[in-house]
Amino acid sequence: MTEKFTIVEAGSGLREVTAPMTPRNVKRHGEAPNPTATALAEKFPDAVQRSEVVWGETVVYITPDSVPEVMRWLHDDPGQRYDFLSDVTAVEYRDFDSPIEVVWHLRSLPYRRFLRVKATLPKNAPLAIASVWDIWKSADWMERECFDMFGIRFEGHPDLRRILMWEQYKEGYPLRKDFPLRGRFSRAEQLRQALSQNIESRYSMEELTIADAFEDLPPDMRKRLSTGERTGE
Amino acid sequence: MGLSASPDRRTVAYEPQSQEGWVTTRLDFLVNWGRANSLWPMPFGTACCAIEFMATAASRFDLARFGMERMSFSPRQADVLICAGRVPFKLAPVLRRIWQQMPQPKWAISMGACASTGGMFDNYAVVQGIDTIIPIDVYVPGCPPRPEGLLYGIRMLQQKVMQERSADRKIREEMSPDPSSQLYIPPSVIDELGEPFGNSVHQTRSAP
Repeated sequence: MTEKFTIVEAGSGLREVTAPMTPRNVKRHGEAPNPTATALAEKFPDAVQRSEVVWGETVVYITPDSVPEVMRWLHDDPGQRYDFLSDVTAVEYRDFDSPIEVVWHLRSLPYRRFLRVKATLPKNAPLAIASVWDIWKSADWMERECFDMFGIRFEGHPDLRRILMWEQYKEGYPLRKDFPLRGRFSRAEQLRQALSQNIESRYSMEELTIADAFEDLPPDMRKRLSTGERTGE
Repeated sequence: MGLSASPDRRTVAYEPQSQEGWVTTRLDFLVNWGRANSLWPMPFGTACCAIEFMATAASRFDLARFGMERMSFSPRQADVLICAGRVPFKLAPVLRRIWQQMPQPKWAISMGACASTGGMFDNYAVVQGIDTIIPIDVYVPGCPPRPEGLLYGIRMLQQKVMQERSADRKIREEMSPDPSSQLYIPPSVIDELGEPFGNSVHQTRSAP
């Protein structure tokens, strides 16, 4: 019954493997840039304004007009393959020359790269920029949130509605710098407007039940559903 | 028997020596005793207070000791609404509707600083106290309250239930919000309740 056994120290089996380490002592400036930045500057010399490396992360500034083609190239080019859009957001500075910056966080899972793309919206113009929904479907709700909070219109978005605030919200865009923290209306007025909202009205047709879309389903799924089989479980 | 009351009130008389097998009591006492010890909570948890509420319901603190072991996730079979967490304006009509779906008799507990006053969230999105939406019986302070705090609030609610009189019809009246504005208290009171305090008074509102 008493067999000899050896104590294996934790991690000893991994000695020969060079696992990627979490980078330490990253300098604020001067880290190696993402190779995509130089490739972008060669491919789109007119679109890329400048690029910098902050805390080891590459930021590329592009012109707002060039967003569709640059994003499409970043997604489709076999040398880049940014297949994951992790965030779409915006930054407003108290600066009249650059009112609002739209920011995209891209990640390339095959090449393990991270790229931050920024586009400064022009002043004295409506806040609008091209949607990237046709490239990354995950842009849907993130662009809706960006529209809800900043009022930036993403042209080409299929369903640009408010997502965090309710649809009848009248006070404006809460993350703008000129928006007072407590809102523009009195508390009683805010509550009155909130209580008068229609709770059921915030679903689009796409979010309604599958029963409404039954006729549009493929035939095999219609057959399975009609026999009582349930999907998605 | 389990029926007990303070001896001076003499609400229960039970004499096992007489072997008659009957008790006399006040109907109010009996009804309230039954209600107070079988309050079915409707958990409305929106934030971290709900974690403490779950801890209160779990075995260590054991809400079942007070007859509340049955969480009623349907408001139509609930007695007490426990609002645990901050309520944004978008959720205000939902909370109002849940409260209106609960049948009488019903009570409400506002658990935590955010539900009671808006807490640290004195901003455009958060209701400054859910008592501007529905009437509240017990406020439990804390951020979040410990389970002992919630249990103390529940015990306070049980005492309140025990003191109710069935002859008093006003306590069973359903709220009747103003049909045009849906508010059930005057707007000036809501503004007063939502008035900021502390450092934040230096902020100004851009429009009245």
